[in-house]
Order: sequence, then C-alpha cells, then structure tokens
Amino acid sequence: MKSSVIVFPGSNCDRDIAVALEKMQFKNKMVWHKETSLPKSDLIVIPGGFSYGDYLRSGAIAGKSLIIDEVIKAASSGCLILGICNGFQILTETGLLRGTLLRNKNLKFINKDINIKVLNKDTKFTNKYNNEQILKINIAHNEGNYFTDPKHLEELKKENLIAFKYCDETGNINENSNPNGSLENIAGIFNLKKNILAMMPHPERMVDKMISNKDGLNLFSSLLN
Amino acid sequence: MKFSVTVTLKKDVLDPQGKVVQNTLVNMGMDNLKYIRQGKHFEIEVDENDTVKAQKKVDEMCKKLLVNLIIEDYRIDKI
Repeated sequence: MKSSVIVFPGSNCDRDIAVALEKMQFKNKMVWHKETSLPKSDLIVIPGGFSYGDYLRSGAIAGKSLIIDEVIKAASSGCLILGICNGFQILTETGLLRGTLLRNKNLKFINKDINIKVLNKDTKFTNKYNNEQILKINIAHNEGNYFTDPKHLEELKKENLIAFKYCDETGNINENSNPNGSLENIAGIFNLKKNILAMMPHPERMVDKMISNKDGLNLFSSLLN
Repeated sequence: MKFSVTVTLKKDVLDPQGKVVQNTLVNMGMDNLKYIRQGKHFEIEVDENDTVKAQKKVDEMCKKLLVNLIIEDYRIDKI
C-alpha cells in the first residue's frame, strides 16, 4: 500500500507517522506542501504539528497551500485521507470535513495519555478494532475542542460518523472524561463517504511497546486489510 | 484605500479567553463590567480607488481566509 505524508513548515509529527507507516510495510513518500502533484497514493496523511506556527487559526494557512488542491481532488476520487491533530484542524479548514477545533476549554495545552472509545469499526480505518473497545492514546494539543452546528452533529450520529469519543479507563463518556471540552466528547470523525478520518489523538505514537503501547497499531493494520 | 476588519466569535460560541479577561478585570475592581468578547483586528490596505470594489475585495479576503464562518462574525470598516 502506498502512502504520502504532507509536510508543512511547522509539521512535527511527520517523521513519527512515517516511521509508523514504514513499520507496517507501507511504501511511504514525504510530500512538501509546495508540490503541485501527488505521488500515486492509497493513503494521504496530514500529520500533526504546528503548521505555520498556528498563525491566524490553527490549520488555516496550511489549508490554503498548493498541495491541498491535489489532496481535495484525491479525496473526492475516494483516496483514503488520515488527519491527525493539526491534520484534523487543517482538514476542517479545507472544507473536507465540517466543524472546527476551538481552543481547549481550560485554555491549556494538554499533553497526556487519555482513553478513547471506538464507536464505528465498520470502516477502512477501524476494522481491526472492536466497537466499544477502549484505547489508551496520547493527545498533545491546544485546540482540540471540536465544535459543529446541531444539524451536522445530528448527521454525525445518524450516519455513524463519530469514530472515537473520549472516555475514562472503564469507558464512561462524560464531562469528567472530556479533556478539552469537545462537543459530546468527540475525538475523531469521518466524512460522509468514510474515506476521510480525522482525529486529535496520535495513533502513530502508540505503535511500539518500548516507548508507549500498541493501541494505535490496529488503525494502520485496518488500512492494510 | 484602508479598511479595518474586526473578527469576533459568534454569540453562541464559548470564548474562554474573553471570559478569563473579564474575570480578571472584575477581580481588579472593575465591578461594573458587564461583558467582554475577545477578537482579532486586521488593518488592510487595498490598491483600489472604487470603494465598492475595494470593500468587495476585503469581503472576499474575509470569507476565503481571515474568518472561519462556522464560529466567527466579522465587520468591515473603512478607515
């Protein structure tokens, strides 16, 4: 499977995701944001980081970069797109995903391992997980507070487009297990066609027992399935 | 031609920064303070003599980049 990781000035999880992809035998290429064409890819990853120093709004400037036109074209022809952290913010700024990421409710940058629950396993990204499965995954963000209009929230629920929700160790989804104030504890969403997944937690940081755990590994093996 | 653009969060969007600033000012003794919303301000100069055309251009800038219409409102003023 071929993957491309888009790199912006200020991306800082691009190499981590590349290591995770290569570990899973993806044939990966790094693509600089000024490129105007994409290598043939089954998967495009918009990585985490602080593209353009979060100037204007996080993801706003990267969302208008040259390569993004190609990403939008690829997305509409069904290519799989994964946005992680800043990648989620960028995907909402491009319009590929609806809603936006507001500043964390407590106004603090949060870097810690939290729990999320898998809500929909019937997708290209999540088929190796089980529904209701609880994962321990790292988050590291200042703007992770997902917000969208009530109509879109209804659609997210009706079409099963909520991928993950923040929960506690035993799976309770409530205000106490919501690290950033995100609407209904949403940690990750799909687009309507389910070929785009964007999430604030970092699965690429959870692929090796030596440094963390392997809870993120099944996301990549799902893609290979 | 110069314009100022003021961007603020929509009324129903939580503004935690504004809230903290408000609480701090109240704690400093500004007890008649009723309400604060924090926003962004842009000063924009356009090379154009026609006010309508210039304003339209600034509006396009707002819609395409400067403002996230899901959560923000904006106001354009000629200065």
